Amino acid sequence: MSAATGHGRDGGTAVASLPSGTLYRGREGMWSWVAHRITGVLVFFFLFAHVLDTALVRVSPNDYDKVIASYKNPVVNLLEIGLVGAVLYHALNGVRIILVDFWSRGPRVQRQMLWAIVAIWLVVMVPGAYFMFQHSLQVLFGTAR
Amino acid sequence: MSAGTSAPRLDPPRSPGIARSRQRSNFELYSWLFMRVSGLILIVLVLGHLLIMNILDGGVQRINFAFVAGRWSSPFWQGWDLIMLWLAELHGTNGLRTVINDYAERDQTRFWLKMLLYTSAGLVLVLGTLVIFTFDPNIG
Repeated sequence: MSAATGHGRDGGTAVASLPSGTLYRGREGMWSWVAHRITGVLVFFFLFAHVLDTALVRVSPNDYDKVIASYKNPVVNLLEIGLVGAVLYHALNGVRIILVDFWSRGPRVQRQMLWAIVAIWLVVMVPGAYFMFQHSLQVLFGTAR
Repeated sequence: MSAGTSAPRLDPPRSPGIARSRQRSNFELYSWLFMRVSGLILIVLVLGHLLIMNILDGGVQRINFAFVAGRWSSPFWQGWDLIMLWLAELHGTNGLRTVINDYAERDQTRFWLKMLLYTSAGLVLVLGTLVIFTFDPNIG
């Protein structure tokens, strides 16, 4: 849709004039929505796998322990940090969506709320990732196995 | 805003003649509300689950069959996991239903993708529920 953004440069301004509706397109509102979709789909597919692996407790304790051992591998451990990050973003942005829908001032401050949840996400994820990866660090560079 | 470009003309919502006259059902309203209500409950259940399983007290390293057996000896955690399973699977299924409706343009494709989605959701719900209710700590 380059036609929508490429038109008319009135009065020689450097910025291409924007058609109506671009308040949303390409801005925080759109990208937060894109990220919400992607994280939601990813978490849904993980849930499918996770119910199947947990169902192994009904088959044999040994098989269950073997499959769970793969979750303890440092590489998979990194993926788990990604999973927690995806779930946390989806949860925080979900609250933001609810506030946009139900709080009278929500739509006007949706952008500020996005940066607020990004800040909360960082504050939780930095120590969270450290605690989740602690054991893997010891496996990789220390004495644990 | 008088941008002279060819933005698609949209009817205002609830214009007579679109969608509403075809289907007299509030399903999409309840679906919208369900996403918000289940989402709020899932924030507690899922973030609590992730905190316990991945971060506290050794995280994922301490999880094994005995750990699961210890947790599911308590009706509280059985109930937690059961409610979490149902709400998460229904929330996710409804989300993917929206995604399929948005991107699959052919009627046939939409139909079969949703059949696949509902089949997998049914499988996950039945299997998960069965595992929680029939768990046997003394198996094998």
